[in-house]
Amino acid sequence: MGKIFKFYKDVDTDQIIASQYLLYPTIEEMKGHTFESLNADFAGEVKEGDFVVADENFGCGSSREQAPSVLKALGVKAVIAKSFARIFYRNSINIGLPVIVCKTLPDEVEEGDDMELNLKEGVITCNGKEYECTKLPDKMQEILDMGGLIASLNK
Amino acid sequence: MGQTLVEKIIGNNVNKTVKPGDIVTVDVDWCMVDDIMVPFAVSKFEEMGFDKVFDPDKLVLIYDHFLPATQVDDSRHFRVGDEFAKKYGVKNVHRTEGICHQLMTEAGYVKPGQIAFGTDSHTVTYGCVGAFATGIGYTEMAGILGTGQLWLKVPETIKVVINGKLPGNVSSKDVILRIIGDLTSSGATYASLEFSGDTIDDMSIASRMTMSNMAVEAGAKCGLFAPDEKTCQYCNIEYTDDIKNLRSDEDAEFARVMTYRAENFVPVLACPSLVDNIHPVSEMAGKKVDQVFLGSCTNGRLEDLQTAAKILKGKHVKEYLKFIVTPASRKIYRQALADGTLEILSDAGAIITTPGCGLCCGRAGGILSDGEVVVATNNRNFLGRMGTSKVEIYLASPATAAATALTGFITEA
Repeated sequence: MGKIFKFYKDVDTDQIIASQYLLYPTIEEMKGHTFESLNADFAGEVKEGDFVVADENFGCGSSREQAPSVLKALGVKAVIAKSFARIFYRNSINIGLPVIVCKTLPDEVEEGDDMELNLKEGVITCNGKEYECTKLPDKMQEILDMGGLIASLNK
Repeated sequence: MGQTLVEKIIGNNVNKTVKPGDIVTVDVDWCMVDDIMVPFAVSKFEEMGFDKVFDPDKLVLIYDHFLPATQVDDSRHFRVGDEFAKKYGVKNVHRTEGICHQLMTEAGYVKPGQIAFGTDSHTVTYGCVGAFATGIGYTEMAGILGTGQLWLKVPETIKVVINGKLPGNVSSKDVILRIIGDLTSSGATYASLEFSGDTIDDMSIASRMTMSNMAVEAGAKCGLFAPDEKTCQYCNIEYTDDIKNLRSDEDAEFARVMTYRAENFVPVLACPSLVDNIHPVSEMAGKKVDQVFLGSCTNGRLEDLQTAAKILKGKHVKEYLKFIVTPASRKIYRQALADGTLEILSDAGAIITTPGCGLCCGRAGGILSDGEVVVATNNRNFLGRMGTSKVEIYLASPATAAATALTGFITEA
């Protein structure tokens, strides 16, 4: 069970982690600035196992892999959105952050709601309702199952 | 059934006929790593346990985002890059020559029909010469550096056809902004955007680069132009039958076809804070502007600087306004120096900077603060991109930028 942090459509990677923080040598040093321009309290409030829920086109913009990486480092269990920008989507799978497409859930939940994700079955439960998620392509599921691209290349 | 351009490029690489949705593993012709991502890509490469780069001559390292350094730790990125280049025998290192996306074709690397990946989303720019090129993260880049390969899904194609003659005050920047507005910022997600028609045939390679550069702002995986004689001249190669075949067949299947008459385009702006928030310049005319930026991998080429010089010759920009000009590469800088363009711009009050990405990505050379308004020729107007989140960024063509610099208010050229 985790708490929902809700965002709107077209959230770009500059909003997730701004470019002035990309010179920090580690993701650990960057993560405190996640979503700084949209919700300055996010990094302090988010807890291990929480979820980010967004509308269409989450993660558009730059190719910075630091964007999914700071979310993962803060303990975000998964990002659920109506759709994702393609580079963000690929990067997330490669670092082992589940990204889940669900067209209905984002409109029916509020910031602060509790939700549960069964990744294996592709089912989300929130406010007593079950949501089915779109399945990943096999190639991506394989990488995600192994914990990311590095683990998958080292297999 | 016929094939689209992107299907042909990928099919040639994997030696079989491919169709949209196929997942294939391609041999990579070019890898580009920029200075921001160098330390991350290097550390992932080492974590993966590789002991050599698959082909050091296919890797190009380019320092541009942090150049010249503005923060105390920026130069660490150059050092890590230099050490990696020395250790693995990478010879293609550009330390001060310009912006990565300009150099990858200008310096003679990417050619028609090739496949390139870069650690920056505007890698799509190389579609201007008919190459499949797209941005990836640094972990995937590390994987390519070790293996020489990457898997990808063959994209569908959205074909954009433009015929006719563009009005005199309209450039390819206005055209691509209009198209992004029509598609929306996610309308081409996962797709190959392909530009064609006689308006496109008439465009210079520089103008085409502006359009392929911004394909990603509609979510596209690549933004392609079929290579023609002009392309081959730019790439310094022969226009062979193989290259002539690099175009979509008449009977190819497209996910969508968008058709435009060139005469119907007008100068436009992408208004705060989304690239698909497109309005005619005339609609926003009269808004006071604090700074104008002419440059970037979108519009920092010689023809862009010349367009501005034509408007500003013998005149001076508004006294309170900062007009910042950043050529996309040293080659362009020198050409603009030699033909008098930079002198005209300097006389008009321009602050001319070294080629690089600084201001476009909000790191250096003209960062703005709360309540300020900037008209800029780069590719993104995201919240906070060029300063604080209370800066208004309007994206425009070089002509609109120059006309605005002159009056201090948003002005149609």
